[in-house]
Amino acid sequence: MTDTDDIDKVLSAARPQVVSALLRYFRDLDMAEEAFQEACLRAIKSWPRNGPPRDPKAWLIFVGRNVAIDQLRKSVRLRPMPAEELVSDLDDAEASVAQRLDNADYRDDVLRLLFICCHPDVPATQQIAIALRIVSGLSVKQIARAFLVSESAMEQRITRAKAKISKANVPFEAPGPVERSERLAAVAAMIYLIFNEGYSSSGGAPLRAQLCDEAIRLGRLLLRLFPAEPEIMGLLALMLVQHSRAVARFDDQGNVILLEQQDRSLWNQQMISEGLALIDKAMRHNRAGPYLVQAAIGALHARAQKPEDTDWQEIDLLYAMLERLQPSPVVTLNRAVAVSKAKGAEAALAMIEPLSESLSGYFHFFGLKGNLLMQLGRDREARDAFNRAIAIANTPAEAAHIRMHLDRLSTEGVAASLPV
Amino acid sequence: MLYAILCYNSEDVVGGWSKEEDDAVMARLAKVQEKVAREGRLGPVARLLPTTAATTLRKSNSEPVILDGPFAETKEQLLGFYLVECASLEEALDFAKDLTEANPGTGSYEIRPVSVFFPGGATA
Repeated sequence: MTDTDDIDKVLSAARPQVVSALLRYFRDLDMAEEAFQEACLRAIKSWPRNGPPRDPKAWLIFVGRNVAIDQLRKSVRLRPMPAEELVSDLDDAEASVAQRLDNADYRDDVLRLLFICCHPDVPATQQIAIALRIVSGLSVKQIARAFLVSESAMEQRITRAKAKISKANVPFEAPGPVERSERLAAVAAMIYLIFNEGYSSSGGAPLRAQLCDEAIRLGRLLLRLFPAEPEIMGLLALMLVQHSRAVARFDDQGNVILLEQQDRSLWNQQMISEGLALIDKAMRHNRAGPYLVQAAIGALHARAQKPEDTDWQEIDLLYAMLERLQPSPVVTLNRAVAVSKAKGAEAALAMIEPLSESLSGYFHFFGLKGNLLMQLGRDREARDAFNRAIAIANTPAEAAHIRMHLDRLSTEGVAASLPV
Repeated sequence: MLYAILCYNSEDVVGGWSKEEDDAVMARLAKVQEKVAREGRLGPVARLLPTTAATTLRKSNSEPVILDGPFAETKEQLLGFYLVECASLEEALDFAKDLTEANPGTGSYEIRPVSVFFPGGATA
């Protein structure tokens, strides 16, 4: 390991575990981050010369801790630590640290580090920014570019969020089982927020799309620490299955291409097979949660070679399950799409009719309603629904898409069965 | 003599490769494989999915225990492997259970889905 690039990768992969272990020692986020930085600098100097340590994480924790303690001692004018040459032969010490730091230790440390980023007083976008900064180690500049704000604005946001979470006083004892599962749920939600921040970005923002990769990396980390949690398997599978379509989701101009029109040969089969394997594994637990059910829905799309092969009946059943687990008008609206394919537009229309009040400001509601009415030949009502949709469209692309339907209605005047 | 060459590396690091980096490594490896493949000496080559996709069947005195995650026991050694086509994880587990019955006692079977596979042509 003499290549700086390789060392960089090892350091960034080690970051969550090392920073979180240092946080446990020092109980101070800034100190933990500084100690990690210092340990990284020493690694860059020492690893090419002395060869890489057997356990890079244990090495970094050991060195980071010593460096920080040394600095503490200096600052209170106590006897300094031995010179670096004397401590650099870490073999025995490193092995003993490694022995104590098995999966179980890292587990609660990393969970705590992720959990403090989910502080309820910190707005969701700031939670994401701070997690990317502290846990993933992205630079403020990188995060600012992903969020399309200036570096100084992002710096301010992160500083403010940090001030809040440093006052949060998340206890440092190992959490009990209930607390642990609560933390895990909050952290899973935060990771999915990071993913969605990247996923919902337009095709012209590849920097934001990197957030998806980062979320998947955090999902893998979490699952390695909690290997028997079906919802974490579900979360990772959901992100993999959705991200497998990344290249197919946008045209050259950065416009969204809907699922049915995507070139399926562009879907990343490796991500799909990993997602499918995780779903298979999670299903054995017989307690499906919302992430797993959504992953399973995504998997049914991923399995279909052509749009016509999609198993809409099964998707309808899965949405019904999701409605029970996480009742929401948007879930019902999504279910209605599956129902329209499996049972026809009439049944779907009956299903969304009761949602008209709760979704009165929701673009997709009127888009789907218009589509279903058009399929039923009720052109005038369809036109009304499409006009409502255009009025509340969030992006020009959304409005353009609906206008295409309207044009069809006025030129052809026939009930075409259009993809939703 | 037929040799198995088992590949070990840090999953964090390999998982951190970009698609371009990953493709470049795979292309370089393919070149190395080509030479022995041409001479008919290359058997199956497989790349496994990450350990997060693994399930372990641990033998015990009674029913074998199924654990999520990779094989973790450092006191045991890798002694052999199977490649078997299965419709689902359940089917793979059933096969591993049959193996357990034929060879009861201690030990584990780690079940890892294969992500990339080239059958190769060499025979023992």
